[in-house]
Amino acid sequence: MKLTVNGKTYERDLPEDMPLLWVLRDELDLKGTKYGCGVAQCGACTVHLDGSPVRACITPVGTVGDAAVTTIEAISETPQGKALQAAWLELDVMQCGYCQAGQIMSAQALLRDTPKPTDADIDAAMDGNLCRCATYTRIRAAIKTAAGLPATDMREA
Amino acid sequence: MDTLDLSRRHFLSVTLAAGGALAVGLKAHANVDSAPQRLSAFITVAPDNTVTIRARMPEIGQGIKTGLAMIIAEELDADWSKVIVETAPVDEKTFGPQFAGGSMSTPTSYDAMRRAGAAVRAMFVGAASETWSVPAGELTVSKAVVIHARSGRTLTYGQLVARAAGVPAPDLRTVTLKDPRDFRIVGHAHGGVDSPRIVTGRPIFGIDTTVPGMRYAVLARPPVYGARLKSADLDAVKKLPGVTHAFTLHGTGDLHGLRDSVAIVATSWWLAKSARDQLKAEWDDAIGAPHDSAVYRAQAETLLKGKGTAVKTKDDIAAGLARAAKTVEAVYDVPFIPHVTLEPQNCTAAPTKDGGLEIWAPSQTPGGGKSLVASALGIPEDRITVHMVRAGGGFGRRLENDYMLEAAAVAKTANVPVKLLWSREDDVAYDYFRPGHMHALKAGLDADGHIDAYYAHGVTYSRDGKVAQGAGITPHDLPYLVADNFTLEQSTIETTAQTGYLRAPSSNGLAFVHESFLDEIAHAAEKDPLDYRLAMIDHAIAHLPAGDKPGYDLSRARTVLSALRECCGWDGRGGLPKGTALGVATYFSHRGYFAEAAKVRVDADGTWRVLKVWVAGDVGSIIVNPSAARNQVEGSVIDGIGALRQEITFEKGRAAQTNFTEIPMMRMSDAPQVDVHFVQSDNPPTGLGEPALPPVLPAVCNAIFAATGIRVRRLPLLPEALKTA
Ligand code: FES
Ligand code: FES
Repeated sequence: MKLTVNGKTYERDLPEDMPLLWVLRDELDLKGTKYGCGVAQCGACTVHLDGSPVRACITPVGTVGDAAVTTIEAISETPQGKALQAAWLELDVMQCGYCQAGQIMSAQALLRDTPKPTDADIDAAMDGNLCRCATYTRIRAAIKTAAGLPATDMREA
Repeated sequence: MDTLDLSRRHFLSVTLAAGGALAVGLKAHANVDSAPQRLSAFITVAPDNTVTIRARMPEIGQGIKTGLAMIIAEELDADWSKVIVETAPVDEKTFGPQFAGGSMSTPTSYDAMRRAGAAVRAMFVGAASETWSVPAGELTVSKAVVIHARSGRTLTYGQLVARAAGVPAPDLRTVTLKDPRDFRIVGHAHGGVDSPRIVTGRPIFGIDTTVPGMRYAVLARPPVYGARLKSADLDAVKKLPGVTHAFTLHGTGDLHGLRDSVAIVATSWWLAKSARDQLKAEWDDAIGAPHDSAVYRAQAETLLKGKGTAVKTKDDIAAGLARAAKTVEAVYDVPFIPHVTLEPQNCTAAPTKDGGLEIWAPSQTPGGGKSLVASALGIPEDRITVHMVRAGGGFGRRLENDYMLEAAAVAKTANVPVKLLWSREDDVAYDYFRPGHMHALKAGLDADGHIDAYYAHGVTYSRDGKVAQGAGITPHDLPYLVADNFTLEQSTIETTAQTGYLRAPSSNGLAFVHESFLDEIAHAAEKDPLDYRLAMIDHAIAHLPAGDKPGYDLSRARTVLSALRECCGWDGRGGLPKGTALGVATYFSHRGYFAEAAKVRVDADGTWRVLKVWVAGDVGSIIVNPSAARNQVEGSVIDGIGALRQEITFEKGRAAQTNFTEIPMMRMSDAPQVDVHFVQSDNPPTGLGEPALPPVLPAVCNAIFAATGIRVRRLPLLPEALKTA
């Protein structure tokens, strides 16, 4: 089976139903993509297929086909990814950090499609990504910072 | 737990290490006469001026790896931008207790880390003073450069390494510490030292561990707590793709020991887990039948009608209740809830040539894990090496080392290196849950509204006849401290479920109970609930003996409440729209004083949303890393709101919930704004992993009462309960 990940082509003999998540982590040694639930509830495993965010834990590798897979390891190659990583560091978003790869992958897709997101846009794009440490206020602020917007939360308060 | 008291127990040991680096280790006085120990360098200064600091505590997201290094770097006068922070090996003889729990890393390390840094700085100053033949008093240090201002000469620490190694190490007891007003690193916001690697997806978590020749393991654990394995078709499993080993592990029945289980080892985790899905095993699960949440509830209701065993009594409660001008009564109900660290439990273990094990574990108590493995598997402790690995959250779940013992047992039995990874379903099923409890409360108030008598009967859980882990109830909440008389009674219900410590253990449930009831009391006394708390505290300070307030400084509680009153717009709350209101609560736990106000909106259909939370907290004189500190407080507050919605229930001896599909978690759109104010006091700095969490639960529920007139006495808080139309 052929797989294109972060611009590199891999040839592997893999069961079709093996989720992409485990292919990335255990077969290709790309451990930035994380496992949190296996049932599309936490977003820790978010990667891009041809630029669209998907949950790698429920994506059988056999369905990936020719689609280009992008993971956190290569997201800095996009302007939004680079800006998000910088904002994440500037605002010191991380606590344990385990969810943050998935957060950045979802945020990158948001900013690419919606360069100036509102709070409602952020809620809609990011609600599938759990942060058990609850760094949500900083994730929101960092997305806005990366978008060049004031970091202030404009929701009813 | 003991403080790492360097001054009494340790001295510095200085050597020149490979490459001419100055390596400073700590040695315990107790070991001076015994066989020489391996020196674990604590602070290393290389000739190229790089400073490496080893962080001695497990990092679980609380930011301690950065915080402790900042404290050392401050007194060392290092250049923070050039400091490398490494995780220390697990070696409690050298590094003192290595433990992430109870918000204790900062209080138990602050003074010791300062002294260690200051002592090394003094050695470099001594070396420069020798080199230039000038008095040490004429020298200053900035960013690892020693400066003699008068002559304009400078030398870097790197240049001084060889000579500094010859300077006698100062006595840690008497080394001069900085005036905190001169701090340049501590007290200033710094990003986490691992963060650049996190945002780029580097493999730094426990789950990312890879060792040569490693295989992947899963365990099939009992479907019902305490069930015994009758039979398993291991031969069939061994024939499945990728499976290299399948065998049984014998359970001990101990809360921290192995459970009866079937271990499956395969060439990938996915194949191991797929094989487990096909495993045919028979279990004797009769033990589970009576263990049902509905049964527990009925038992609790019956027990609450009677008397419990007295835990503690102060003075004459009966008389206090008899003479009361007003009595207030209520029953509160708190469910079991899970930890669900986002990184599920995991551990990697590899057999070593000498019959021991090398282990990589995201544990909050790695040293405890090592002892557990040694005793359970009969391996001498000195043949076990444990490496601390960054953990994707802890919250108290990783105070347990069950995953470490399982990985060790599988690696030892299969005699191959294995990474054991729990699925999320495993993680929920075998959590050490925060135990639930029910409380019957009664307060007798005098004519002025003072609490003359406070009665509480708590029904909690036992396991094997003893109060279950983390299920003990203590009379340390504010109402007990301000009441003239009180009685606390306790009864227990036997459970087979595993229970344990969840972030702010016991406080996370008791705060909801007692701070909500205190709100009820304030309303019954027709007082402003914030001012009522202030008045009760003043009454207690003036009239009650200090001996009744162990470790609880009521004046600090008063200060944070007053600070909160100023920042949360308390006096303007009358102008809020219908359905929106403020609620307040205060709590002391883990050495921290917190007062919080929540603004909550409740819609007619019962949907509730926390709009904003104001926090005033006192954790001592110094906030080591203000950025990490605020992050902890924001996270604690949002985590606490999430706890209002969660519940684990049991059906015939197993948890009914299995994954995030059934466990509501706080998400981006749920998270309110959090406004954090630290009140700095003249007290030693204390930790922030926990104390900001407990008060937010009652603050939200008290706001809901203010908004709707509905008193929340039972969790989880469901919209149905708040429907007004
Ligand atoms: S692991 Fe894929 S969404 Fe949770
Ligand atoms: S930072 Fe820990 S889960 Fe998000």
